[in-house]
Amino acid sequence: MSDLMLSRRRMLGAGALGAGALAMPAWARGADLHGGMIRHGFDEVSGRDIALTIGEGHRLVQGRSGHAVAVNGSIPGPLVRLREGEPVRIAVTNTLDEDSSIHWHGLLLPFQYDGVPGISFPGIRPGETFVYDIPALRQSGTYWWHSHSGLQEQSGHYGPIVVEPAAADPVQADRDYVLLLSEFTPLHPHTIMDKLKKGEGYFNYQQTSWTDDYPLSAEDRRMWGHMRMMATDILDVTGSTYTYLANGRGPEEGMEYLFTPGERVRLRIINGSAMTFFNVRIPGVKFWVVAADGQNVRPVEVEEFQIGTAETYDIIVEPTGEAQTIVAESMDRSGMAVATLASRPGARASVPALRDPPLLTMADMGMNHGDMAGMDHSAMDHAAMGHDVPAEEMSDMDMGGMNMRDTSLLPPDVKVGPGIDMVSMNPLDRMGDPGLGLDKVPHKVLTYKDLVALVPNDDLRRPSRQMEIHLTGSMERYMWSFDGKKFTAVSDDPIRFAYNERVRVKLVNDTMMAHPIHLHGHFFELVNGAPADRQPQKHTVIVQPGGSATFDLTADEEGDWAFHCHLLYHMHSGMFQIVTVAPRGSEPDVQRVGED
Amino acid sequence: MRVLAVMLLASATTPAFAQDHSGHSMPPAKPDAQTECEQEVAAHRAMGHAVPKGSCPPDTPAEHMGMDHSQMDHSQMDHSAMGAAPIPQTPPPAAAGSGPARAADAIWGAEAMRTSREALVRENGGMNVLWLQGDRLEYRAREGHDGYLWDVQGYYGGDIDKFWFKSEGEGTFGEEAESAEIQGLWSHAIGPWFDLQTGIRQDLTGPERTYAVLGVQGLAPYLFEVDAAAFLSNKGDLTARVEAELDQRITQRLILQPRAEANLSAQDVPELGIGAGLSSMELGLRLRYEFAREFAPYVGVEQEWKLGGSADYARLAGEQTGVTNYLAGIRFWF
Repeated sequence: MSDLMLSRRRMLGAGALGAGALAMPAWARGADLHGGMIRHGFDEVSGRDIALTIGEGHRLVQGRSGHAVAVNGSIPGPLVRLREGEPVRIAVTNTLDEDSSIHWHGLLLPFQYDGVPGISFPGIRPGETFVYDIPALRQSGTYWWHSHSGLQEQSGHYGPIVVEPAAADPVQADRDYVLLLSEFTPLHPHTIMDKLKKGEGYFNYQQTSWTDDYPLSAEDRRMWGHMRMMATDILDVTGSTYTYLANGRGPEEGMEYLFTPGERVRLRIINGSAMTFFNVRIPGVKFWVVAADGQNVRPVEVEEFQIGTAETYDIIVEPTGEAQTIVAESMDRSGMAVATLASRPGARASVPALRDPPLLTMADMGMNHGDMAGMDHSAMDHAAMGHDVPAEEMSDMDMGGMNMRDTSLLPPDVKVGPGIDMVSMNPLDRMGDPGLGLDKVPHKVLTYKDLVALVPNDDLRRPSRQMEIHLTGSMERYMWSFDGKKFTAVSDDPIRFAYNERVRVKLVNDTMMAHPIHLHGHFFELVNGAPADRQPQKHTVIVQPGGSATFDLTADEEGDWAFHCHLLYHMHSGMFQIVTVAPRGSEPDVQRVGED
Repeated sequence: MRVLAVMLLASATTPAFAQDHSGHSMPPAKPDAQTECEQEVAAHRAMGHAVPKGSCPPDTPAEHMGMDHSQMDHSQMDHSAMGAAPIPQTPPPAAAGSGPARAADAIWGAEAMRTSREALVRENGGMNVLWLQGDRLEYRAREGHDGYLWDVQGYYGGDIDKFWFKSEGEGTFGEEAESAEIQGLWSHAIGPWFDLQTGIRQDLTGPERTYAVLGVQGLAPYLFEVDAAAFLSNKGDLTARVEAELDQRITQRLILQPRAEANLSAQDVPELGIGAGLSSMELGLRLRYEFAREFAPYVGVEQEWKLGGSADYARLAGEQTGVTNYLAGIRFWF
């Protein structure tokens, strides 16, 4: 078994192939990164003590250059390899002239080492070194790390984490690779924020026009205009400025994973982007999804999945032939990241063209009537209602009779104001949805309802209470918030849980955008129809437009934790809150399944 | 090696008890997150039917808290569909508030945390934005002497409250400006699409006038950009101006913009050549090409009319009452 581990580790190192293997990187020689050129791809760091240095420099991606922030001189920064059951000390030195930080996304640890300035710790000042003293790790799997200061994450301040299991890994493979998806832009992130605030649809060059090919009738177009919204509003920042990256490399820069035909390849896919949902597929190849957000799931065979910002999926693929292309297409189909599974260096398969951009539908407006079993159908005129009719075919509907912003549907703790431009009329559970634009593809696409935990969960208590959190926004003003209140309004009023309290949380999306919602320091269980003991554990959940998603949370990590939309500019606009878990005090621990 | 390398498909190791109810063919129990009743009510509301609040008693927190369960008619509930009693939407228990207000203060010290906490608020919704736009900066070719026009605006502030600045004016080359004004306004968001604006307008040409301004600016249904304001002058005269623009994308960068402006007056203002009622109208059409969103040259045509009393004043002064302008200009913002 140990031989196997060694072999797997060696293979993982090979993931950096094409990086131009520098024997001694600049940061290791103590060189100043100022003015230096940042490398693509990552090295690996491991052991009891790990040192990371945050610096800045220039970046060149497919001929486009820009200023960037890099850790240990590369983007992505080094793969931090840890081991379950072992503690680690990570010393992070900040050589920037502004504050910085590292958040360990998905790791269970004491809150003061979670890495969010203003919540967990004061941040790392210029020139300072902060030591994250992390006790024995309580988990294994695929995670990632990134800055939680300013908008540094967009500039390149992120990298992968792999925690090796203490026991044998139930997922066995011949090759073990990391595929970290992200974006490059020559624009400063503050410029992007500024443009989003000022210019509605600034980055969207796929808008409806007199000359577009969208299957929209004149009536549909009038309806969207009447709502003052755009059917093409899929992603806020697009391929018009982003070059999509696979391990830091643009689609033409040849990211390559070697395999020998007949081998099983594990790909640890991390969405480390700032603003992009990706549709990931290997055209013509079926693969198994074996882990979500670092937690093993029963293998699900699919041909494609959508990965929200900050999510991770591990897949197992058995590539055949000389080469297979891995395509990570941005959800709005304005660009893609590309990598190749290659049986020999330089082998390539064809890269498919971008598919047609998707449009928002009735369901994304919160008007999907869904399953109405038990209702008195006799009194309804389905044709007039547009039952199950997508937006492009709903010209029969009288939009004049629809109120897209009926604030009386909102619970009283939601603050109604300029920050809410829409209220979902019927926020159905959409965890069975494959994601925007993937409902009509002719192959199996992963949904949250396919995820079943591999091992039973250890807290089978029924939640003692349920709470509802509304995701709210105003596209025209680019305001984003929870319950209509930006973080500025609730920074002294966190969401509170008692220690070990088990709560069912329903997230209702009153916007037409999908939001990946992340809770720090915990895993929650998706209430996705899986048996109670097998609800899959995640740290980030996508809430589909106009719909809802529900999770069960055992609040057993005391302290203050960030809770936010992981779309960077949504968070920066106010879609952020603090979750406070009360100290354990003298409360008895809860009897967990499997404990004596 | 090969045997070891074969992936141990997890299902094979799954305990039998867990597989009993894992059958994928079985329809999953309806999640409690939204009961059938709630779904039904929501669907009815979506269709415009009036359904009173609290029609689904078990999940409505207010009713639930003080509810006497003994008087509920359980026979009407379909427990098999719901799985079990619904989870109550109650406030957090007292123990949830038992901790310190700021957990990190105890570890790093309140003083050390203060700066970063302030930065956190600033960086998550507390930003201010500075915007300047030249909506129309144009050369106006017409019969007789050609002219010029500027129409610029900008703001500085947060999402809800802003300082808004506007200036517009026009004239004929080689002559003194016909009109020039500047406005300083407090702008307050009153909904997702509209701001209420109030402040001062100062005219810089002709008889000196200062006005109090009250108006609304924003995005109307069908994406019309609307700016409507009433002006009360220091002489007691009340006038108003309504402007509307609509961007029609021909391609992603070529945009046709119809524009209309109407000026109204509550009374004759002979000094300014304004007659009561609808005093003037402008209809324009501008075709711009966005080399960048921020920079777009345009060409266009605009027709101006003086109407009613204003037209009479113009004739008396020997001026035309209608003018056609052929336009070339730039639109920019930053």
